[in-house]
Amino acid sequence: MTDGPTTTLGTTITLDIFRYHPEQGKKPIMQRFHVTINKSGMKLLDALNSIKWHQDNTLTYRRSCGEGVCGSDGVNINGVNGLACITPIEGLKQPIEIRPLPGMSVIRDLVVDMTHFFDQYRSIKPWMQTTTPTPEHEHLQTPRERQQLNGLYECILCGCCTTSCPSWWWNGDKFLGPATLLQANRWIQDSRDEATEERLEHLEDNFKLYRCHQIMNCMQACPKSLNPTKAINEIKRAIVERKG
Amino acid sequence: MGYLSNPEIIHHFHDVVIIGAGGAGLRCALQLAEQDLRVAVISKVLPTRSHTVAAQGGMNAALGNENDDHWHWHMYDTVKGSDYLGDQDAIEYMCRAAPKAVLELEHYGVPFSRTESGHIYQRPFGGQSRQFGTGGQATRTCAAADRTGHAILQTMYQQNLKVGTHFFEEFMALDLLMQDGGCHGVMAWDIAQGQHHVFQAKSVVLATGGAGRVFKTTTNAHICTGDGGGLILQAGLQMEDMEFFQFHPTGIAGVGPLISESVRGEGGYLINADGERFMERYAPTAKDLASRDVVSRAIAIEIREGRGCGPAKDHVLLKLDHLGETLIRERLPNIHELAMRFAGVDCIHAPIPVVPTTHYTMGGIPTNRWTEVVIADDQQHEKVISGLYAIGEAACASVHGANRLGGNSLLEIIVFGKACAKQIMKQLEQQQYHATLDPDCWQRGFHRISKWLKGKKTDTSLSTYDFRITMQTLMQDHFSVYRTHDVMREGVEKLEALAKQLENVYIEDQSYLFNTALIEALELEHLLALARITATSALAREESRGAHARDDFPERDDAHWMKHTLASLKDHQIQLHYKPVRTAPISVATFPPKTRVY
Ligand SMILES: Cc1cc2nc3c(=O)[nH]c(=O)nc-3n(C[C@H](O)[C@H](O)[C@H](O)COP(=O)(O)OP(=O)(O)OC[C@H]3O[C@@H](n4cnc5c(N)ncnc54)[C@H](O)[C@@H]3O)c2cc1C
Ligand code: SF4
Ligand code: SF4
Ligand code: FES
Repeated sequence: MTDGPTTTLGTTITLDIFRYHPEQGKKPIMQRFHVTINKSGMKLLDALNSIKWHQDNTLTYRRSCGEGVCGSDGVNINGVNGLACITPIEGLKQPIEIRPLPGMSVIRDLVVDMTHFFDQYRSIKPWMQTTTPTPEHEHLQTPRERQQLNGLYECILCGCCTTSCPSWWWNGDKFLGPATLLQANRWIQDSRDEATEERLEHLEDNFKLYRCHQIMNCMQACPKSLNPTKAINEIKRAIVERKG
Repeated sequence: MGYLSNPEIIHHFHDVVIIGAGGAGLRCALQLAEQDLRVAVISKVLPTRSHTVAAQGGMNAALGNENDDHWHWHMYDTVKGSDYLGDQDAIEYMCRAAPKAVLELEHYGVPFSRTESGHIYQRPFGGQSRQFGTGGQATRTCAAADRTGHAILQTMYQQNLKVGTHFFEEFMALDLLMQDGGCHGVMAWDIAQGQHHVFQAKSVVLATGGAGRVFKTTTNAHICTGDGGGLILQAGLQMEDMEFFQFHPTGIAGVGPLISESVRGEGGYLINADGERFMERYAPTAKDLASRDVVSRAIAIEIREGRGCGPAKDHVLLKLDHLGETLIRERLPNIHELAMRFAGVDCIHAPIPVVPTTHYTMGGIPTNRWTEVVIADDQQHEKVISGLYAIGEAACASVHGANRLGGNSLLEIIVFGKACAKQIMKQLEQQQYHATLDPDCWQRGFHRISKWLKGKKTDTSLSTYDFRITMQTLMQDHFSVYRTHDVMREGVEKLEALAKQLENVYIEDQSYLFNTALIEALELEHLLALARITATSALAREESRGAHARDDFPERDDAHWMKHTLASLKDHQIQLHYKPVRTAPISVATFPPKTRVY
């Protein structure tokens, strides 16, 4: 990350940002902006805010936590998906090209329609399913069993992985995509959940699961360093073992 | 077609409408939707983006999984932590309900960390004791690593998907529909479509979260703008105890993101420029795990007396490298990531620079212990506003009084989210039908939008940004950890002068679809109203209590000030009233005020 241009205080950086505003009936354009670095460790979200607050009030993007935990501000930065709020400007090739997450319809500028993404998430029934009576106290789970959820439960549903997946771009209507599959695995791996059979049954389908061709874009895109490819392989393995 | 006098407004009917999809709103919605009620949840961001997601350390409950514990000790700690401004009936209710609330969350699927025996992992947090302060540190905070809020929020969202709650995502609430002294719904703006909606309901719940963005540096998200409070003031109702904002001892210096108290719970501690573990001087027993107000003041004094670290001597250091890599990676992975990203520090090897940072809004919308919104008159008669409820950080029940204990807020949102649903069930048993709304009820909400979208730029125009940063800086400079009359007086004057400039604020973006400049302007209106109330309430309170620490009135004054502030806006003027603290718990004896030592 350190071999890019240096960005010391006071230097000006150049950004090319995707602009689209449906109300104006014009085609999308890339618009150039210049921003001065005003603090060390400045993140891309700081630059977007600086543009919105000092230069162009109409620039539109989502943001909430500003620290990489809520998943609001996934965007495409120089061709790679990531969260604007935790992407340091230092080291990015300029002009920094910022586009909305690929493969989703654009509502305005950097804001995309996440409806289909969340519909797919809902389709895997991402909630605990049990048939045995609820225990009086907590379900017991050993630290080792709990550890199976590490690398899965941290997903913030930002969509960076799914929108970097070529299979999802082409077959996103049926292929569930890396985020949803990682979430599916979160429940399959949970020792407390009792619907593993049904979950695997539901996923065993030419499209939902098997459109993943191990291209690994998803893993590179994930800002939380999660590994959807590994999760997908675990599901595939569980399906094979189940037939065993 | 509805009967409203403007056919462009979309009219919805629900049994209950909940504003806010954080932990509080979602817990409430879940309980109601499980009872087959028609529940609408409106949220200005996608539910999983709500600020509950950022909570790190955990949720308090006397489960006793690590060592013996009792809800009554938890209650004692909470009353003491509140500096005796907490209402003891609400606190008893919350602490008693805590173990069940946590177990329910576990049953819903929250991925809590585990003890060797497979039970829910608990860690020590600040201000916790056993045996009413005499039995040493308690270990009461239930945790999912240091991502507890994330784990709870996602689980609540998942459960609501399961029961089919109606979500209205990216809808901004604009106005409460008040009629005949009660609340009958809310006006909201569909951000993506640029359209007005009236949500009519028999019960309306405000679960809009905190207002940390009143200050310049805060651990709170951009969206924490106190909108519920803004709506309450707009409706002519009161806000309670807004002078009490919690300054968390350990925000990353200069930037804001929080370094959870779990770090100190797991054994980390603070040092000054001399490398001294200075909390030993201020709180000989609890040391770094004293209550937050105590630790924040200690840091402020260290810095004031020249023992701060760094070239500007403006922060202290949080040392945790001695905890070892394994523990940090297993129990504090998120802290490790945040410190790396925002302080450029690998905390496995080096300490993190920290400073007290605005963190939590203890004040809020006044409620009784059943979460019903109340209003008090001069004679201190309290009246329930029918159909209106408030929960979570937006509300003031008051379980936190003058200072919140870490881990009690996630608890509050879950316990009172559910309690609110139960109270609504009772209301709905009595009330089968929707009221008939005034056909013009949409007017005020509607004009809030059109005013901004029809603004004209003039020579005196200000941007929302300029206005907001001036206000936030003012609040930071005049109403921080230590307060005095003169500094606050000046702050109030400047703020009142600034408030008159609001009409000069102009937004360039005048379009309908996904206009985030418009949303920032609406939020600014709320922030300003709350900043004014905070400032004036703070100036009036001539004592030191919890987070409100005055150099000129260093002592707590129970004779005159053991009471709640109530502030409202009438014709743009601030009016202050007071009401007594509810010192009588539900079933146990009152904890009378004592000097607080940690
Ligand atoms: C960094 C951090 C760490 C924390 N760690 C802990 C911890 O370890 N333990 C603990 O107990 N507490 C912790 N807290 C405090 C705790 O997280 C919060 O108090 C709590 O999560 C608030 O929940 P809530 O449901 O009341 O509000 P929020 O989660 O803030 O949700 C508010 C909701 O209201 C909606 N909303 C707001 N305004 C409008 C509007 N005008 N129209 C429509 N919708 C609107 C938002 O979209 C959102 O859905 C922490 C807080 C922070 C900032
Ligand atoms: S590994 Fe699979 S899911 Fe990930 S990007 Fe490639 S095809 Fe998509
Ligand atoms: S797996 Fe990673 S990239 Fe994908 S949605 Fe989750 S957090 Fe985002
Ligand atoms: S703003 Fe929350 S992840 Fe970036």
